[in-house]
Amino acid sequence: MKIFGLIAVLVVGALLLSATSDFPDWRDKDSPANKSPVSSFYIEKTEKLTKVPNMVTAVLADYRGYDTMFETVVIFIAGIGIIAVLRNFDGPYSSSIRRENNDEGSGLLARITCSLILPFIQIFALYVVAHGHHSPGGGFQGGVMLGASYILLALAFGLSKAKGYFSERRTMIFAAVGIFIYAGWGVLCLLFGKEFLNYSVLDSLLPGDVEMARSHSMLIVEIGVAFTVTAIMFSMYSNLSTRGRLNKGL
Amino acid sequence: MDPIVATFIEENIVPNFNYWIYVILMMIGLYAMITKNNLIKKLIGMAIFQTAIILFYVSVGVKDTAGIPIISHHGSEHHQMAGLSSEAGSTKEIHNKIDKDKYANPLPHVLMLTAIVVGVSTLGLALAISQKIYKSFGTLEEDEILNELRPGGHD
Repeated sequence: MKIFGLIAVLVVGALLLSATSDFPDWRDKDSPANKSPVSSFYIEKTEKLTKVPNMVTAVLADYRGYDTMFETVVIFIAGIGIIAVLRNFDGPYSSSIRRENNDEGSGLLARITCSLILPFIQIFALYVVAHGHHSPGGGFQGGVMLGASYILLALAFGLSKAKGYFSERRTMIFAAVGIFIYAGWGVLCLLFGKEFLNYSVLDSLLPGDVEMARSHSMLIVEIGVAFTVTAIMFSMYSNLSTRGRLNKGL
Repeated sequence: MDPIVATFIEENIVPNFNYWIYVILMMIGLYAMITKNNLIKKLIGMAIFQTAIILFYVSVGVKDTAGIPIISHHGSEHHQMAGLSSEAGSTKEIHNKIDKDKYANPLPHVLMLTAIVVGVSTLGLALAISQKIYKSFGTLEEDEILNELRPGGHD
């Protein structure tokens, strides 16, 4: 059986490798992908039209706003799906691998180290969200970092302590609020008389001119993304690590 | 080294080695997804496969002379120029100076940000489902699960 898999994989690989000689060379600045008018437009006009130096964020949150919104919805649905598959309200599981002592979390050294570095991780995560359109970063990256800080809290001090800060109810509210911010901002553009997620119409609402309105709108949208990603990352961890019981984690 | 092999490497692999690595990574992932019996190993193969695609896209956007796709104006010089030109009433001259060979292609980066997020979602959901499978069948080996599912295969 394995030999058929190997043959299939080798045939596919040989086909793809035989095609590589027709591909443009690596680092070629005149390759079709780099020459295309879309990429040139983004590089040359993004800062002029949106005043956002980070082109990736600008394309992500403005030009491809629909894509990013539904991507946030994908994360939300994945979190809901994990809860639907795993969540179990029966109480603590009685497995053979259950620890004998009921003490959750790690040892003293890990606890102290985590309590020292957690605030810095969270502040840096918030910086990555807030500064995402001027430096590398954005809602997804900062949200993952913020979610990871709660996962670290759960690893060091036990899941019950982390749930004290970020309960299941609060997790789902945060996840929904994030999407609500994003979609609501799009609807606001509709109410002002332009297309969904066309931020330039919001210049009467936000300080600055049309370009700054797009820049500020990107920040707001990224904050919405960060809400959802933070909540769902922590929800994924807490459900996967406890088999859906949400107690006595790793 | 054999001169034929040397010229082959020189002409085919060196200018295109990013494609070679992506194809090899993809073959590893595909092989794991097809032949591995353990569901977690299949998921690892899926993750490797996704990584190969991400590598392919990002390497397409690389330019010889380019840095990261974030526009940077070098400090005070730009501000002075911006101040001068805004007094003159036109900022077009500065912005027309953006040299697109100096910045990597941002579009593949954006697309792969999407792919990474989708990858995390699928991986999380797949892990949840495999946990559920383990709870129901007591195993993650594919053949044992199929054996239990088969009518009459297992008591």
